[in-house]
Amino acid sequence: MSELGGLLVVRGLSAGYGAAPVLHDVDLTVAPGSISAVVGANGAGKTTLLRAVSGMLRPLAGRIELAGEDLRGTPVEQLVRRGMAHVPEGRGVIGELSVDENLRLGGLWRRDRADAARALDEVYQLFEPLARRRRHLGHQLSGGERQMLALGRALVGRPRLLLLDEPSLGLAPRVVAQIMALLRQLRDRTGLAVLLVEQNVRSALSVADQGVVMSLGRVAATAPAAELRDDADLRHAYLGF
Amino acid sequence: MDRLIFLTLDGLSRGAVYAAFALALVLIWRAARVVNFAQGAMAVAAAYVAYSVTAATGSYWLGFLAALAAGLLLGAVVDRVVMRHVNHASPLNPVIVALELVLLIQAVLGMIYGSQFRPAEVPFSRSAFTVGGLTVLSPYDLFVFAAVGVVVSALAWIFARTAVGLRMRAAAFAPEVSRLLGVNVGGMLTLGWALASGVGALAAMLVIPTELGLHPHAMDLVFVSAFTAAVVGGLDSPPGAVVGGLAVGLLLSYVSGYAGSDLTPLAVLVLLLAVLLVRPGGLFSTVAARRV
Repeated sequence: MSELGGLLVVRGLSAGYGAAPVLHDVDLTVAPGSISAVVGANGAGKTTLLRAVSGMLRPLAGRIELAGEDLRGTPVEQLVRRGMAHVPEGRGVIGELSVDENLRLGGLWRRDRADAARALDEVYQLFEPLARRRRHLGHQLSGGERQMLALGRALVGRPRLLLLDEPSLGLAPRVVAQIMALLRQLRDRTGLAVLLVEQNVRSALSVADQGVVMSLGRVAATAPAAELRDDADLRHAYLGF
Repeated sequence: MDRLIFLTLDGLSRGAVYAAFALALVLIWRAARVVNFAQGAMAVAAAYVAYSVTAATGSYWLGFLAALAAGLLLGAVVDRVVMRHVNHASPLNPVIVALELVLLIQAVLGMIYGSQFRPAEVPFSRSAFTVGGLTVLSPYDLFVFAAVGVVVSALAWIFARTAVGLRMRAAAFAPEVSRLLGVNVGGMLTLGWALASGVGALAAMLVIPTELGLHPHAMDLVFVSAFTAAVVGGLDSPPGAVVGGLAVGLLLSYVSGYAGSDLTPLAVLVLLLAVLLVRPGGLFSTVAARRV
């Protein structure tokens, strides 16, 4: 059923809280080793989309496939084992646990303990500030460090697909640029696919291969990111710049 | 002076049991945000299992192990069969269900075993050593200290150093994020209930022989003391539970030794009220850290 080339394939997805759906009939394809940016105004359903994809929210209708496997009925805690990592809204750093504990948690599910330890070392090399603060508690970190921790924790599980909800929120432009550069680097070096939800449209489209514009719970446009950047009408209509 | 030393040691010995029982309350509070009012009744049920096993086999230790196993199992069953299905919309709901569970367990125990006090065996002598004319601890007191010490250390090690302990803490602090990281949050919750109930069973095994004996209501007063200890230490803090338990044990020992044992229930309530008025989060509360 799944289209050729889609790591994540979403078809006809409707989802919401209670009876009224927030998402209506959403179609989306994320190719392996690519970055897709979901952009749109507040309340467009971007976060809801990620929550539905990762199973935190049960879809009302539609199909979600990861590498050709139907994800319906898969418990949330099984999704990391299928190669999907979700860094949720607000990052989900556990403030009561240390940096090291937060990171190790990302690899606890893995059978290959040796590789989990290797992945942990790699994350510490990737994020120097975290290595210096292994014993600090999560709530003692700055916003940028928390974002590194949340990302690093997802990477310890060596995902194929990373769902990332508003990584730029509350961060200085310089830090946002670093994170976007890192995503590009991970895509190129490890073949990671990223589904990135962002309010910060410019930086999201600057790093993405594909742009998905959402409006009022529907997909208003899907196009190569470069095209979206250059399409003034679309920008004015949905993105406000 | 001699009396003070005796009362202090005796208070610490009782306090160790309160500490264990308070720790069990804290474990469940942290994992499930429920004060398990049924813990006393569950622990008594485990102690009755020990009674039956010891009566059938003649071995105290087989009964002791059976009580711990029964405690673990009962905790898991109570979580899976009862507490998991309680709607937490109102914090009162789990309290009411727990109190119903108390009635149910005590009624069933009464039906099976009757409601007379049954003498509980001890594995070691309860007569105190005398050192240089000074009455100090009994071998049984030492056993109590050792048992509680081993269990508290083991729990501390499990939570701080093992993968399953990390999972349990993560599941308690951030269930949704933990599921995204592959943690079986429901399983961790059940494990938390089992461990807590196992610790409660241990406390019952240790304290019941030092009181009137085995009875469906044998843990009612211990529960009040341990609950006070847990609140004194802060319901969120395992070290607080241990310190609170020892403090309550000492207080009760001094009050009963110097002012008469009639006053001890009153002393517990006064302490509970005082802590709730002055520092409702408990002395070791981590509220400031959690607010972030």
